[in-house]
Amino acid sequence: MSEEKYLLEVEHLKQYFPVSQGFKKIPLKAVDDVSFAIRPGETLGLVGESGCGKTTVGRTLLRLYQPTAGRIVFDGDVLFDSDKGIDVDMLPYRKKMQMVFQDPYSSLNPRMTVEDIIGEPLDVHKLYSTKQERRDKILELMELVGLNAEHAMRYAHEFSGGQRQRIGIARALAVNPKFIVCDEPVSALDVSIQAQVVNMFEELQEKLGVAYLFIAHDLLVVHHISDRIAVMYLGHLMEIADADDLNDNPLHPYTLSLLSAVPIPDPKTARLSKRIILEGDVPSPLKMPTGCPFRTRCNYATDKCAEKMPELSDRGNGHYVACWNR
Amino acid sequence: MEAQNNEVLKRRQLLSSQIDLSKFNKDIFEKATDDEKRQQDVMGESTTFFKDGMRRLRKNPLAMGSIVVLVLILLTIIIAPMFCPYSYSQITNVGGRRDKSAANLGPMEYSQLETQYMEETGEKLFPHLLGTDSLGRDYFIRVIYGTRVSLSVGVVAAVMVLIIGLLYGSIAGYFGGTVDLIMMRIVDIIYSLPDMLIIILLSVVLNETLTPLLAGTALAKLGTNMISMFIVFALLYWVGMARLIRGQILTIKNNEYVLAARAIGTKDGRILRKHILPNCLSVIIITTALQVPSAIFTESYLSFLGLGVSAPLTSLGSLANDARGAMQSYPHRLVVPAIIICLIVLALNLLGDGLRDAFDSKLK
Amino acid sequence: MSEENEFLLEVDNLHTSFFTDNGEVRAVNGISFKLTPGTTLGIVGESGSGKSVTAYSIMQILAETGRIVEGSVSYKGENITNWSERQLSDFRGSKVSIIFQDPMTSLNPVFTVGFQLEEAIRLHTGKNKMEAKARAIEMLTLVGVNEPESRIRQYPHELSGGMRQRVMIAMALCCEPDILIADEPTTALDVTIQAQILELMQDLQKKMGMAIIMVTHDLGVIASMCDEILVMYGGRICERGTADEIFYNPCHEYTKGLLRSIPKADNMNEKLMPIGGTPINLLNMPEGCAFCPRCENAMKICLTQQPDEYWVSDDHLASCWLNIKDAVIAQEGAGA
Repeated sequence: MSEEKYLLEVEHLKQYFPVSQGFKKIPLKAVDDVSFAIRPGETLGLVGESGCGKTTVGRTLLRLYQPTAGRIVFDGDVLFDSDKGIDVDMLPYRKKMQMVFQDPYSSLNPRMTVEDIIGEPLDVHKLYSTKQERRDKILELMELVGLNAEHAMRYAHEFSGGQRQRIGIARALAVNPKFIVCDEPVSALDVSIQAQVVNMFEELQEKLGVAYLFIAHDLLVVHHISDRIAVMYLGHLMEIADADDLNDNPLHPYTLSLLSAVPIPDPKTARLSKRIILEGDVPSPLKMPTGCPFRTRCNYATDKCAEKMPELSDRGNGHYVACWNR
Repeated sequence: MEAQNNEVLKRRQLLSSQIDLSKFNKDIFEKATDDEKRQQDVMGESTTFFKDGMRRLRKNPLAMGSIVVLVLILLTIIIAPMFCPYSYSQITNVGGRRDKSAANLGPMEYSQLETQYMEETGEKLFPHLLGTDSLGRDYFIRVIYGTRVSLSVGVVAAVMVLIIGLLYGSIAGYFGGTVDLIMMRIVDIIYSLPDMLIIILLSVVLNETLTPLLAGTALAKLGTNMISMFIVFALLYWVGMARLIRGQILTIKNNEYVLAARAIGTKDGRILRKHILPNCLSVIIITTALQVPSAIFTESYLSFLGLGVSAPLTSLGSLANDARGAMQSYPHRLVVPAIIICLIVLALNLLGDGLRDAFDSKLK
Repeated sequence: MSEENEFLLEVDNLHTSFFTDNGEVRAVNGISFKLTPGTTLGIVGESGSGKSVTAYSIMQILAETGRIVEGSVSYKGENITNWSERQLSDFRGSKVSIIFQDPMTSLNPVFTVGFQLEEAIRLHTGKNKMEAKARAIEMLTLVGVNEPESRIRQYPHELSGGMRQRVMIAMALCCEPDILIADEPTTALDVTIQAQILELMQDLQKKMGMAIIMVTHDLGVIASMCDEILVMYGGRICERGTADEIFYNPCHEYTKGLLRSIPKADNMNEKLMPIGGTPINLLNMPEGCAFCPRCENAMKICLTQQPDEYWVSDDHLASCWLNIKDAVIAQEGAGA
């Protein structure tokens, strides 16, 4: 890619999980040869349907899974390189890369108070010298995410979904990271609360300059929050472009149908718009089609698609597409 | 029909003709302050998990009844020996003399010698509440001691099962993979051993080896049968507990908060201590509570077969066994220990169920 | 207008409560609406708004602790709230059917798809085994399941989520009910599959003419599917009317806030305007308007009193004090 300074670079990342079928173990290719980069302070949206490997990408970046192959560079440091056999200890980097989880119910330990949940990263990285300092930091974080300081001693289960997600965000922010993986952070929330949390993500980015990898399946939300959007299908990156560019000018047939399938919250437009309905289902990742994985449902598919998976190619303005025909 | 037409008419009309606007004073349309709004939106009373569970437990009449029964039994076996002048192992003495006539007395009866003594001295002797056994020992105090032994066997066995099962299960569950595979196959093997056979074999073998070793210690009183029973519990009965804890840990391990802790950089030990074990605590407590009655049952059963505590110490099972011979003439000697076993086991089981309902609704 | 049974279903002042350890939870608090044959009614609201409970109350499939406390549900003019279990079980399935959010848990994993379909058909129609099988295959073809002859021998876990939802729809429609209640039918599905299912439901409605009650939190689904919309909050109806009225002329503060808070094509580069506050606690309902703790323009009266429903236009009912306030001011202005 270009000479530009990136915060995070991912090259040819592969993440296979062994799955036993009878006595044989076959690899489930959750992420297969994915490359992208994120600039400091930027939001990259990652969209795709369930099972496309978007969550796995996020978790592999944070090395919650051991990558099968590829190269991860963060802030100039190589964290993992399968060719050169580099595999660093992640502990110091956990202060710089954090994660916000999808389910605000299962991502907070029900036996811990809010104070202890937010305080845990401070404890682990020993980011305070006195008890008072710890408490002050926690209260500061709670204020930052819009939580009432009086609630510090309450347990997570006493809060509503939106407030719980705020607690999760405060926990991620406690170590003052430069990069946060947001794994579907608003999907489990009610519409009216979603907007609160989306706004908060945007405000925090302005204030703290963090970069996000924003994983979601809701295209409207992703479009709203992201600078650039990457589209995944069955472990492969299909298209990556500027958010508005992708929305106005989608090139990959999958992106096209994905965008047209989004129900528009406007009755008149909805009546007029013609949906491109994709036939059939997503193939099982254990029985991946040869070549391009999307060809089984694609209207443009040719023989070439069955032979080889196309590489991401530059179509100008940082718009990359992996398709033979478009 | 008419109502419907009215409705259609109403739709077309202005708001002012649908609702009588004159009844509204303008003041009520003032903007509400934030404080006023907040009053409408109060967060509930803060409760901890424990408080919440206790509240639910208190609402369960069966569990509360069981607690009352257990407390009564506990108080009786603690206090009764303090004022009851008889000993579980000694034949009744009257004025320093062995009372041979005191055998096989009915409840509340006095022997000839005792009646004589009381007449002579005017002193009132403590009654034999449940009579005496065939050797002239006070049956009430024997039942009390039997209950003590049975209960302590139950508790000690449950604690042993808990310690071994917890350690084994959490290691297998947390580390998973090959470690888990090997550890769980060992569990499967142990599961397949017939426990009764092992107890009988062990008590025979241990009887010879342990008797000299234990001579003079407090454990000698319990007898080798008892010791081998404990060893069997320690060797065999923890497997259920270990499996359960492993299963719990496997599910809890997959929660996102454990993943979050790993993303923060938390070490394994802290994750296990802070995130995993507290969340399976309720299951551990409940299973331990249910383990006690099962151990008491096994003990009674073994004692009934003659493999329990050694004489003169007794347990509820061996009391029932001894009473078998004279069942027709002295049925109360069988009925009383049997009822107490039932009461204890039933109360503990109901309490365990109550705890489960109160603390872990998922397990229902 | 003057026909006997102009409406298929009339819900009148329905109150449904759940009696839990922590007290009475008033999930539905006096709602009324009517369903016209062949139309789609959308019930939209967030979690805890009582939208699903409304649907379950119509079917009378509430959980053990819940019951209808007040009000009535009438099917073709007959009050069904006091029907016996026997009458109801005939009513469910053949007159009104329901499909749920999670098609995996609503299909029995130990029976084949075909068996479950045939059983549903035989239960309500008295067809014999062969006829039922033929009907099952016919229904599966209708809902767009490919190779229905071999699919009927498969178990639910062998099907994908979208396929399972199609089977659920086939099962719900096999006795040609008048009403299909869809409780968040596409929430668990991916966007492309969601589009398939929504298209299918619209298609089937054209073919079979049943009315649909669509319960969802997704305004996009509502906009593309529904003729009429109920907006619910805290167990009450905020406003109801045609889709165009609700989307283009919202009269309740909650609806307005909801429409402002979703990302749309025209506000992509602006901040969203969320509704503040936290969702309602059903155990601790406000005395007045349920939405007032989160409402920016709440007034003193909102805290204490629930406004009556009134017509704002030909086919649009709302209940918000702000409109009444405007009317009072307008009247005074005219008077002075």
